[in-house]
Amino acid sequence: MATNHEPDVPANHNEDRRTFLKQSSLLTALALVPGPVVSAAEAKLDERVAEAIEQVPLSLKVNGKKLKLKVEPRTTLLDLLRENLHLTGTKKGCDYGQCGACTVHVDGQRVNSCLSFAVMHDGQEITTIEGLADGDKLHPMQEAFVKHDGFQCGYCTPGQIMSAVACVREGHAGSEEEIREYMSGNICRCGAYPNIVAAIQDVKQGGQKV
Amino acid sequence: MNQFQYVRATKPQAAIEAVAKDPNARFIAGGTNLVDLMKRGVMTPQKLVDINRLDLRKIERQNNALRIGALALNSTVADDRQVRERHPLLALALNAGASPQLRNMATVGGNMLQRTRCPYFYDTALPCNKRQPGSGCGALEGINRMHAIFGFSDKCIAVHPSDMSVALVALDATVQVSGPKGNRSIPFADFHRLPGDTPEKDTNLEPGELITAVDIPDGPFTKHVHYQKVRERASYAFALLSVAAALDIDNGTIKAARLAMGGVAHKPWRLTAAEQALIGKPATEAIFRQAATVAMQGAKAFKHNEYKLRLGPNIIVQALKTAAAA
Ligand SMILES: Cc1cc2nc3c(=O)[nH]c(=O)nc-3n(C[C@H](O)[C@H](O)[C@H](O)COP(=O)(O)OP(=O)(O)OC[C@H]3O[C@@H](n4cnc5c(N)ncnc54)[C@H](O)[C@@H]3O)c2cc1C
Ligand code: FES
Ligand code: FES
Repeated sequence: MATNHEPDVPANHNEDRRTFLKQSSLLTALALVPGPVVSAAEAKLDERVAEAIEQVPLSLKVNGKKLKLKVEPRTTLLDLLRENLHLTGTKKGCDYGQCGACTVHVDGQRVNSCLSFAVMHDGQEITTIEGLADGDKLHPMQEAFVKHDGFQCGYCTPGQIMSAVACVREGHAGSEEEIREYMSGNICRCGAYPNIVAAIQDVKQGGQKV
Repeated sequence: MNQFQYVRATKPQAAIEAVAKDPNARFIAGGTNLVDLMKRGVMTPQKLVDINRLDLRKIERQNNALRIGALALNSTVADDRQVRERHPLLALALNAGASPQLRNMATVGGNMLQRTRCPYFYDTALPCNKRQPGSGCGALEGINRMHAIFGFSDKCIAVHPSDMSVALVALDATVQVSGPKGNRSIPFADFHRLPGDTPEKDTNLEPGELITAVDIPDGPFTKHVHYQKVRERASYAFALLSVAAALDIDNGTIKAARLAMGGVAHKPWRLTAAEQALIGKPATEAIFRQAATVAMQGAKAFKHNEYKLRLGPNIIVQALKTAAAA
């Protein structure tokens, strides 16, 4: 399995990066990056801009908690969640958008967290499988997956459940056929599909708030 | 993945300047194609200009056309009331692509600029003139099951993978772009290129040009439309071949017709001669079959994609029949 996460290295300990930044067009960056970075740059051109660009400040709300972070631009949202925030419920299956194991909600919409960079989500609200339950009380979709045996090994399950919740909220759970089409972005190698569909239908028909 | 500088643009002009003056800079929108290719080392931009803050998400009618902002999400466009009423073919093609999660990320501009899924392009250990000009085309004598039957060259036989683009070329859309030299419009049929001697160039966009919107002119294709996609599983797979069909039928007679194919060429493949063969004729299977024969003229297969020569006409007939019955 491909892993593209590398431990964060502080900018001023990395000669290569600084050389790279000196070569690249710093001034363009200044015209584009808002507020604080520009003033930091005016104060001390080289170092502080380099740092600001390499470790980009990022504000996120994750499962209801406001976070102020600094991340390297190449950190994907998936790697940020798993490696930096230790929210390992969200799984890395393929890392290329082909399986759905990494499905989370961004501002309420389901997305593949492996295919976007964390820095692209500044100011947004992320919900992962860890944020779905209400304290000790499972979310109705989690209950339904347990009740209907909607999994075997469980690896795809967090992604399936996040996708299933969105599927119902979007109004795409009207029939078995529709559920299958709108859950097609989540692959299950164990083939638990019939039970996953049953769980979603149960929640949909139960009419609980999802 | 290579390191890169990340900047967010809040004004189109700043984004355009940043990319125009740095050959190693790229825009990033949904990221679903670019991040994938960067992870594999196929694309290695040194700078990413995030355009998601630009005000390019609106879908609105202007001058007898529907203008769809370049940053409108594929899912938003597919669900949009005006799109569904005026251009249902586009909604069908969008929903046939990728997965619900990916459509929630993918943008209209990014979709038309997605790169080929040719395995030789994706594998940096293999030759590919598109990825590395001059290295040769691995698919020509290699595994070419997915590849082109129209418009290819001896430098490249890859196909364009977008479903949305097949509908847009059929609907006579226009791409609005903004660049270092100002604004211009490009007819959709002239947007993507054939490979010729420069397969590394997918489109006629100039360096630094930003797609701002796509315009679809009002038209009569609001009812009899169909997008038929053949793939190796029922959903969440790229097309082996697809057909976009739109008919305007009056009393059993075809007044206007649009036909385009995906998965057969380096660009979405509009079938104008076949359209002409339909106009003024009765909407019957025999006529559809004749048009399909016209459509396939000039097609040529490679070792592993001969099936497309038979699949093509059959899917054209099926798409036209379904469209007529819709
Ligand atoms: C597993 C998988 C399955 C898929 N299946 C299908 C399928 O069946 N059918 C299908 O059609 N597609 C499919 N896709 C592809 C998907 O539709 C594209 O990845 C997506 O549309 C790209 O849009 P984006 O906004 O994410 O682009 P990005 O990845 O952000 O950008 C793509 C390219 O466009 C450039 N760009 C983006 N916006 C602009 C702009 N406004 N102006 C100028 N340049 C711009 C970027 O610089 C980049 O080079 C699939 C993708 C995956 C990962
Ligand atoms: S890990 Fe993201 S789709 Fe497979
Ligand atoms: S339960 Fe094993 S992959 Fe789905």
